[in-house]
Amino acid sequence: MSQLASIWGELRRGSNTITLFVVVLFAATVLASLSNLLLPESSALHVSTYTITLLGKYLCYAMLALAVDVIWGYCGILSLGHGAFFALGGYAMGMYLMRQIGDRGVYGNPDLPDFMVFLNWDSLPWYWFGMDQFWFAMLMVGLVPGLLALVFGWLAFRSRVTGVYLSIITQALTYALMLAFFRNEMGFGGNNGLTDFKEIAGFDLSADNTRIGLFVITAMVLGVVFVTSQLIMRSRLGRVLVSIRDSEARARFLGYRTDHFKVWLFVYSALIAALAGALYVPQVGIINPGEFSPVNSIEIVVWVAVGGRGTLYGAVVGAILVSYAKTRFTSLVPESWIFMLGALFVFVTIFLPKGLAGLLKRRLQRDDNGDSNGSTETTTGEARA
Amino acid sequence: MKLNKVAAPDVSHKVILYIEALSVSFDGFKALNDLSLYINDGELRCLIGANGAGKTTLMDVITGKTRCDSGQVYFGQTVDLLKHDEAAIARLGIGRKFQKPTVFEALSVAENLELSLKTGKGVWFTLMARLDSEQRDRIDAVLATIGLSALRGRPAGVLSHGQKQWLEIGMLLVSDPRLMLIDEPVAGMTAQETEKTAELLTSLAGERTVVVVEHDMEFVRSIARTVTVLHQGSVLAEGTMDQVQNNPAVVEVYLGEEP
Repeated sequence: MSQLASIWGELRRGSNTITLFVVVLFAATVLASLSNLLLPESSALHVSTYTITLLGKYLCYAMLALAVDVIWGYCGILSLGHGAFFALGGYAMGMYLMRQIGDRGVYGNPDLPDFMVFLNWDSLPWYWFGMDQFWFAMLMVGLVPGLLALVFGWLAFRSRVTGVYLSIITQALTYALMLAFFRNEMGFGGNNGLTDFKEIAGFDLSADNTRIGLFVITAMVLGVVFVTSQLIMRSRLGRVLVSIRDSEARARFLGYRTDHFKVWLFVYSALIAALAGALYVPQVGIINPGEFSPVNSIEIVVWVAVGGRGTLYGAVVGAILVSYAKTRFTSLVPESWIFMLGALFVFVTIFLPKGLAGLLKRRLQRDDNGDSNGSTETTTGEARA
Repeated sequence: MKLNKVAAPDVSHKVILYIEALSVSFDGFKALNDLSLYINDGELRCLIGANGAGKTTLMDVITGKTRCDSGQVYFGQTVDLLKHDEAAIARLGIGRKFQKPTVFEALSVAENLELSLKTGKGVWFTLMARLDSEQRDRIDAVLATIGLSALRGRPAGVLSHGQKQWLEIGMLLVSDPRLMLIDEPVAGMTAQETEKTAELLTSLAGERTVVVVEHDMEFVRSIARTVTVLHQGSVLAEGTMDQVQNNPAVVEVYLGEEP
């Protein structure tokens, strides 16, 4: 009986977090969009299109942070190269947007993007074929990073590469990709990347409505990814993942093929990152090899650490707060950001090991100390120091 | 959905575990040296031996954690354990309790048992899995046996050392293994808990095969029918507790220091 009650309690508590998250996300999205569309620009409450795009960018980062939290927070896989999957998703979208430019480019070539004309190429490389079709490009957004994650994860996890060693090779992966994409011969625009996009699926990218549409779609995708991830983590699969995080050897002796779990989780996480990248590119209007830079991937880890690992909402909050701080501070003192990021990471590691989510949890627990049964159950997920 | 139906081991010759001429060395140190050991189906066997005698290494080889240099390990007549990995061996029905209790501290007591259930262990299966009433009853029964019913919803990390030992035993029980390998079950337990453990292990033998590694001689005497003494990676003596204790070789290398 009490088992049933505890399962019910778990469900109710879980759906509270999910509902709260979805409601806040939905309300913020609708409010921001409406105040952009309906309020006159002179109004104090008007949200500029610039801000809408900025918010959309933050939501992409939030999704990326969620991808890292899924593997790091729940399964202990610290990837320092998740920017690679984000960038690959972004490049697939960028290639589609590039092809949509058509003959409106500087050189007016209907078949070749500007940078290829500039390099004196006379035909499209084979891997650009089909990228003018939206559905095909979207397929590639998932397929390329997903396959890379599958092969990489399969090799790494089957050989039981864990901990620092895994982190280092993920970092090497993104670094190698960055060097490759910098080369002009790769056919992805080299140093400059892909930019000067005009339209997406027939919609003008500079129009306010398109920008709001992209923002709303990003918010919806984030919502779906959040709910799906929550459901996975609340299933028995989620508990197996936590058991792998805490003692992988023990989980193996219970009969779980831990490498299979890790590979599939890694692919799932890479797909989320790729989706975030694909939504990011039309909003910021450019994708270049800089997105592969190791620093970017480390920044994602800092977002998750600040927000709190293993909660999903923590990662989202961390990504938005730190990105906002970055926007503010880089406009004031651009060079200092990297140092502030480092200081923030050290501060969080020492003083807030469970991030902002951990702080919130402790506060909530102190509040409902009267109901001792309830409060002990809330600690279940994060009892570890 | 496959439920990991595993064929029961062929025990037509009464022996459930054959270990023959097993050798393992780490950087030249022979942890196991030409060790041969046979465990009968339904037996309760105690393994004793000084530190470094090879008890834990033996368990590691049986459960697939450590590769051996030479030798054979068969589960029943037909299953070659050396060809399987840890997960496959666990699914065959060989359960293990570790020397240092390793429970999943972030998960609740009941969740620890849930993960140990004898059921599908695949990625897709666990994503869709729900506890059915039979499994829930089984978890309840094991919780009652190990005396942790009241703490079912608490994270395993808050349990005392003795309670963690019990939870590990519970994780073994709930997985319904054919062969249980138990490393130092009573380390850190009170006299009363030790007595209870002895009772439990004795009651399990017969239906299951239980192999216990233990240092506590008092405890070994209270449960053992057959004792195997390991020394420097091989079997030194085997027999009842009395036979073993009166064996001059054993007295010299192991029991000699005790009064």
